[in-house]
Amino acid sequence: MRDVVKRFPGVIANDGVNLAVQAGEIHALLGENGAGKSTLMNLLFGLYNPDEGEILINGASVHFHNTRQAVAAGLGMVHQHFMLIPRFTVAENVILGNEGPDSILDREAASRRVAELAASYGLNVDPDATVGDLPVGMRQRVEILRALYQGSRILILDEPTALLTPQEVDDLYIILRRLRADGGTIIFITHKLREVANVSDRVTVIRRGKTIGTRVTSETTSQELAELMVGREVLLRVDRPPANPGETILDGQNLGCTGAHHQETLNIASIQLRRGEILGVCGVEGNGQSELIEVLSGLRKPDSGTLTIKGQDVLGADATGFRRAGVSYIPEDRHGRGLVLDFPLWENALLGNTERPEFTRHGWIRSGWIRELTSSLMSTFDVRAPSASTPARSLSGGNQQKLIIARELQRNPDILLAIQPTRGLDVGAIEFMHRSLVKTRDAGKAVLLLSFDLDEIMDLSDRIVVLSEGRIVGEFEGSTADRAQLGLLMGGRPGEPAMAAD
Amino acid sequence: MTIRPGSAIVNAVGSVVAVLVALLIGAVVIVISGQDPWEAYRSLAEGALGSRRGRAETLVYAAPLILGGVAFAVAARAGMFNIGVEGQLVIGGFAAALVGATDWGLPSAIHIPLAVFAAAIAGGVWGFIPGVLKAATGAHEVITTIMLNYLAFRLIAYSIQKRSDWLPVDDSVQGTERVLDTARLPIILDATRLHAGVVIAFVAAFAIWFVLFHTTFGYKVRTVGLSEGAARYGGIRWGLTIAIAMALAGALAGLAGAGESLGLHGRHSAVPPGLGFTAIAVGLVGRNHPIGVIFSGLLFGFLSAGALTMQAEADVSRDIVLVLQGLVILAVAAFEAMNRLPWFRALGTPKTPPGGDRASDTGMSPEIESRPAPPAI
Repeated sequence: MRDVVKRFPGVIANDGVNLAVQAGEIHALLGENGAGKSTLMNLLFGLYNPDEGEILINGASVHFHNTRQAVAAGLGMVHQHFMLIPRFTVAENVILGNEGPDSILDREAASRRVAELAASYGLNVDPDATVGDLPVGMRQRVEILRALYQGSRILILDEPTALLTPQEVDDLYIILRRLRADGGTIIFITHKLREVANVSDRVTVIRRGKTIGTRVTSETTSQELAELMVGREVLLRVDRPPANPGETILDGQNLGCTGAHHQETLNIASIQLRRGEILGVCGVEGNGQSELIEVLSGLRKPDSGTLTIKGQDVLGADATGFRRAGVSYIPEDRHGRGLVLDFPLWENALLGNTERPEFTRHGWIRSGWIRELTSSLMSTFDVRAPSASTPARSLSGGNQQKLIIARELQRNPDILLAIQPTRGLDVGAIEFMHRSLVKTRDAGKAVLLLSFDLDEIMDLSDRIVVLSEGRIVGEFEGSTADRAQLGLLMGGRPGEPAMAAD
Repeated sequence: MTIRPGSAIVNAVGSVVAVLVALLIGAVVIVISGQDPWEAYRSLAEGALGSRRGRAETLVYAAPLILGGVAFAVAARAGMFNIGVEGQLVIGGFAAALVGATDWGLPSAIHIPLAVFAAAIAGGVWGFIPGVLKAATGAHEVITTIMLNYLAFRLIAYSIQKRSDWLPVDDSVQGTERVLDTARLPIILDATRLHAGVVIAFVAAFAIWFVLFHTTFGYKVRTVGLSEGAARYGGIRWGLTIAIAMALAGALAGLAGAGESLGLHGRHSAVPPGLGFTAIAVGLVGRNHPIGVIFSGLLFGFLSAGALTMQAEADVSRDIVLVLQGLVILAVAAFEAMNRLPWFRALGTPKTPPGGDRASDTGMSPEIESRPAPPAI
């Protein structure tokens, strides 16, 4: 791709991007959110047409007007959010769009062909399984299989590890290396430095729509890549003085929840938060995390168990009661929960604070005071926005998250629940968020950090618990935790021998 | 103030532009039907604004539309699509007329407020029911409010036909008995039909604006309407809030009915006036903003008040007014649809703050970093 420019009204998404990918290599495309990675790939895949520049495949200039042409030219795309039909079988999904000329679908032949293809690439997938029943890692293989079935020789993977467990990520690496060995070319979009180091041969960094540089992975360092990506020096490791845990402030015993079909969704024998400590909760998504957090924040009443905060029984209190008891909560879904996107920033600062006398008096909103507070929070927490009246929607993810943490810390809580606080943020914002969590801990508050990013958990936690199928299946001191062991516990396979990670 | 899509100013400008576009298209329609659009609009404006009586008529037509429009707007702010304005309005008007037509020997100072209050309560109950049903069972308000409309029509028809034994109704006129003078909303401008209900409409619209944007309750309503998740997170009781908001909406529609029966007609007729449905359009054109609703209500009132003069002087059928109303709704809807287009939104998007990464992570700017459409299949 040469000097590719793509403009959107008001934004130049790609501003002279150069990307040269060699046949038979794994090429990482590294950049922060909004850097223009996906736009570039959409140009390559024929979803958009470039305003300037040209795209060459095997030396020949190409102009795709739709994805079908791109597929015909040997391109394949594995989307971050899978484009699969859950109720179809693996084989049906794979042949979708390539059913063949006959009006009658020969399922058996299709299934056989898919099985052969899967076997030839070591993609261990049952062609007759229903996709909806498969774990995420398997579904991704189905996507890869579909691209291969369409004859793709150049595979684009958009943030492929976002939803995988550490073991599934390792399996993916093996698959990618195998594809490369067969002469396939892979473009791997990511903003995680570790992945670049682990799997790619070369890496191209883009920042704000411009190519910053291409490096041979083995000849560069994570530090250099991070600086290329952000454009300034960054602290990759969190500077974290040793913890000084104090009294237990939140104590949950035998917390249990049941789901809509009377299945057990949460069964926690015991969980404690202590002042001056970050408790990391790791696990694969959908293993009781949301239930646990809803219980701890007062959004859900557990069906059994006891929960005390500072010795007071809090079950029966609602979210407002939990806030009053000193719980602040950074939700995992900042658009759906943490913010009202159409509200200006100052009205978002009021969310959860409507019962506090500084914010409202006799039912009237003290908008002047709240605006002033918001402005001062914005400067303290470096929330970049024109004013307190700017709608939250127009802020970047990082600035939205800063506003949330500013609001939640302004309450001066005793307990901070931080749920995936850095999801989707760029390196700079992640750095800020991590420092805020450590500062909060050092201020003598109890912090619960729930994340699906094992590195984040291991970097920040003083104590780690592993959640699997609603239970705590392991507890470690932060310094003694072992990546491979955590990974196995997360996958619900504690009995198997540890395998070397990384 | 920043100019950006979705802001009050852009919405207001958009609505004005939409109205102008509608008038333009309306002119084409008038030309096609062989008349002079200039003359038609001139006589329309003259009828509605050219005389004291005309101006009063504009306000009289506007009053129930403003109240009904605000009733729709309050519910919409809570995330509820209130199709039940008509039912809430007629049940309110009926209740007001019943109280107003009953002779307890009360003085006006008590009888009028009592009748108005009855309308608000009756309309409020009619709004509260779908609100509670939604909160408790998830029953969709579009279904329940439509059903309650029919329930209101039938209940009133039944009462008038069968219950004259203990209600002040008169089957021969298909309505209630006449409201007593002690309960009539007074005429506030001599030799016109301008009654005190018009004042109620304006006061109520301003009051609701204040409640929505300056009180904790209004904040909760708007939060619930924009994001159920954020409301739950913020400790706002979703069910309670929508139930109260719907009751408030019903009460406002009930007040519209009270103005009609206590002010304008002096009785409540069993024939549904359809005002509640026009009021939905008024609410939409007013962008569910009480102040916007005042203006759109005045516009619709203006069109209705001038229609007869237009027919008489320009020989343009008064039904062209209905066409104009429809065009206004269409034009506003078109503007709203345009507001969702990425390129249109981008026109007013503030510049990226320094150092901030634009393009949030769930594709708020869909043109960047959004996930591509599925491969063509």
